[in-house]
Amino acid sequence: MGNHLLEVRDLSVRFHTAQGMVNAVNGISWHLDRGETLAILGESGSGKSVSASAIMNLIDTPPGEITAGQILFDGVDLLQAAPEMRRRTNGKRISMIFQDPLSHLNPVYPVGWQIAETALAHGWTKTAAYDRALSLMARVGIPDPQAALSKYPHEFSGGQRQRLMIAMALMLKPEILIADEPTTALDVTVQAEVLSLLEELKAETGMGLVLITHDLGVVADAADRAVVMEGGRIVEAGTPHDLYHSPKHPYTQKLLAAAPGKGVMRTAGKLAPPILEVHDLKKSYGAFEALRQVGFDLHAGETLAVVGESGSGKSTIARLVLRLEEATSGQVLWKGEDLLAKSPKEMAKLRRQLQMVFQDPTQSLNPHMTVFEIISEGWAIHRDILPKSQWRARVAELLEQVGLSAAHAMRAPHQFSGGQRQRIAIARALALEPEVIICDEAVSALDVSIQKQVIDLLGDLRDRLGIAFLFIAHDLPLVRDFADRILVMQKGEIVEQGTVHQIFDAAQHPYTQRLLYAGLDADPDVQAERRRKRRMLERA
Amino acid sequence: MNDTDIDVNAPVKTAPRTGRAGTMLRLLWADKLAFGAAVFVIVIVLCATIGPAVLADAASGTNLRLRNAAPFSMEHGPLYILGGDALGRPLLARIIVAAQNTMMIAAGAVVASLLIGGFLGLVAGYVGRMTGEVIMRLADVIMSFPSLLLAVIVLYMLQASIANLILVLAITRIPVYLRTTRAEVLEVRERMFVKAAQVMGASSRRIVFRHILPVILPTLLTIATLDFAFVMLAESALSFLGIGIQAPEITWGLMVSQGRQYLTSAWWLAFWPGLVIVLTTMSLNLLSSWMRIALNPTQRWRLEIGGKSNG
Repeated sequence: MGNHLLEVRDLSVRFHTAQGMVNAVNGISWHLDRGETLAILGESGSGKSVSASAIMNLIDTPPGEITAGQILFDGVDLLQAAPEMRRRTNGKRISMIFQDPLSHLNPVYPVGWQIAETALAHGWTKTAAYDRALSLMARVGIPDPQAALSKYPHEFSGGQRQRLMIAMALMLKPEILIADEPTTALDVTVQAEVLSLLEELKAETGMGLVLITHDLGVVADAADRAVVMEGGRIVEAGTPHDLYHSPKHPYTQKLLAAAPGKGVMRTAGKLAPPILEVHDLKKSYGAFEALRQVGFDLHAGETLAVVGESGSGKSTIARLVLRLEEATSGQVLWKGEDLLAKSPKEMAKLRRQLQMVFQDPTQSLNPHMTVFEIISEGWAIHRDILPKSQWRARVAELLEQVGLSAAHAMRAPHQFSGGQRQRIAIARALALEPEVIICDEAVSALDVSIQKQVIDLLGDLRDRLGIAFLFIAHDLPLVRDFADRILVMQKGEIVEQGTVHQIFDAAQHPYTQRLLYAGLDADPDVQAERRRKRRMLERA
Repeated sequence: MNDTDIDVNAPVKTAPRTGRAGTMLRLLWADKLAFGAAVFVIVIVLCATIGPAVLADAASGTNLRLRNAAPFSMEHGPLYILGGDALGRPLLARIIVAAQNTMMIAAGAVVASLLIGGFLGLVAGYVGRMTGEVIMRLADVIMSFPSLLLAVIVLYMLQASIANLILVLAITRIPVYLRTTRAEVLEVRERMFVKAAQVMGASSRRIVFRHILPVILPTLLTIATLDFAFVMLAESALSFLGIGIQAPEITWGLMVSQGRQYLTSAWWLAFWPGLVIVLTTMSLNLLSSWMRIALNPTQRWRLEIGGKSNG
């Protein structure tokens, strides 16, 4: 003890909130050495980011309050240090990158200026600062760095922006880099690249890396050591290998069990006749083609997963099929009738057969309505489904079907947690007794363990009620245990489609293969193997 | 909020059902400032409804011996506690009687412009681009015209009556609501719960009134209460120009403008009606900011736990 680069000792932080005092972290301790990657793993609300905020002096007091503990950096307790000294430490010796790079880059300045600014603020000359910015931008893999210096943040892709943030953070050669969910907002293939970059940079500079994440895969891929947090406490610590193969704490075990891609793949039985046929569907915004010539069938009672990265056009399909947007051309046949040719009135009637569950239940449930009003709204629109006298009983029944209770009906959506809200959204979709439910990234906003619960619920509903699902996701492992067939999309086109077995065991298209290897596995050994394969694929 | 376990059997944490009115009263009591404001507004409304019937004679009875009588003296009876005006009429009685005209004009103009502007704004924001554009250009026409000038022209052509005054003031204030409503609708209509309602097959009318309106209503009500003061002052300006309310009819605005020439010698002539205007506006403002929280289910806890709400 005592000679660590950074050591957090018995840190306790609490926040004054409307619900009273909340202990965000409770007596947590961890340490970091030079050249090491420490992962802090936890779900939302576990307090995983709080210690990083305390290190960077980002906790607002009030409402926050650091009640106990020390943060030793090079032997000095940062919590006791003068503000001036902490300011000089931030950015220069310890720097931080965040989840959403777009909101941390100023849109009105060119990125070169923003990267150089850190150095200018610490007294560098302009030439020296720009030279370093240029070499760093080349290092983090920005194409044509000289020209990129004078470009603005919106001209870069999400992955490139995160690279820019990394360049900015490394400007002054910090000894510690704290990365708070650095890859959560990125596509899988980009995520793998950014993690590799962080790894390389750590090896080159010998800095310590703190990686805050909710993703077991990230831990397996990049961490030397990891601490697992739950409810403001560290419940377990160890190497990723130990954590995966011999988890001691029940919470770690639960997390591991919830990691997707472990169950038995479904073998499709005999296919029922198709109920939804999509032919040559096209959508363009001006010259940009979001969707070109897409066609597929959805059979009754089947689960079809549409997988692709951002910009692949997968959500566009959902919006076009449901006529939330008008297609440029093509046909969507619902039991033989073209939905795209229906008048708004006819469409309104048909809608009850095709329902949708949205990505973020916080936004898709009207905050001004109670759960009862939300679920029964469909019956108020389609009067013939259920007489009003039975609404109450049926709402109770639906709530129980999705794992909530009848007593929840009179509450407002904000009184529920994220997973519960998604259950309400599912109950709303079920209320109309649809034959197809389209799930647009329906679980991507949820924590891993909740993800599993919701997927299990959907699987259960499918088996009991025979509903067909069009399940849109950006993540292949997630759909592995759930889907019957998979469509893989890239840049507005379907590059491959087949049964789950075909895709996972014998993917043909190079893009599908890349997606498979880019996905992060919770098992460090499997992950190391994937990383090797990915490298090979890159070289090929 | 921790997601990991879903406690299906947790007790429902809503207060015992005392009905909507009961809940609202409880929430109002929780915010003492808003409660005070509500009491003041009720007093003003009472003055406006029964004041003229009781005090009309006292308010118009001149008594030249009491010209510009000083306030805070009870020797001429309680009605003269706030002093007397230039013709020796008791100020307190006049303020109470004037409440009716003032409230009628202000409330009439505000409500009319709120309804018309809000409705047109909903249409302009939700229906289609063409309709929206036409409505917006009409609003631009109204806005590009100085409102006072418009009022002068209209009131010269029409008779200066309370109804016409309401009409003119309402027209000049319509664009404020129209533009706000349209801007908010354009934002709210893209929200996910509106898309979710579309997926369920909800009609445009249902989406607009059930999903969009409740979200933007608090904003509109807040503007309306602010506008209340504006309209009262605009009315007094028109009255001052001689095209609004004419003596012997009285409004607070008219009292302020009549008292202005005596400001150096008898400040109370303009001060008391001015104070009532300020207090009324402020009360409405406090009420609207309370209402904004009380009507929003995600914010209501702020009132339920007590403590500050108008922060």
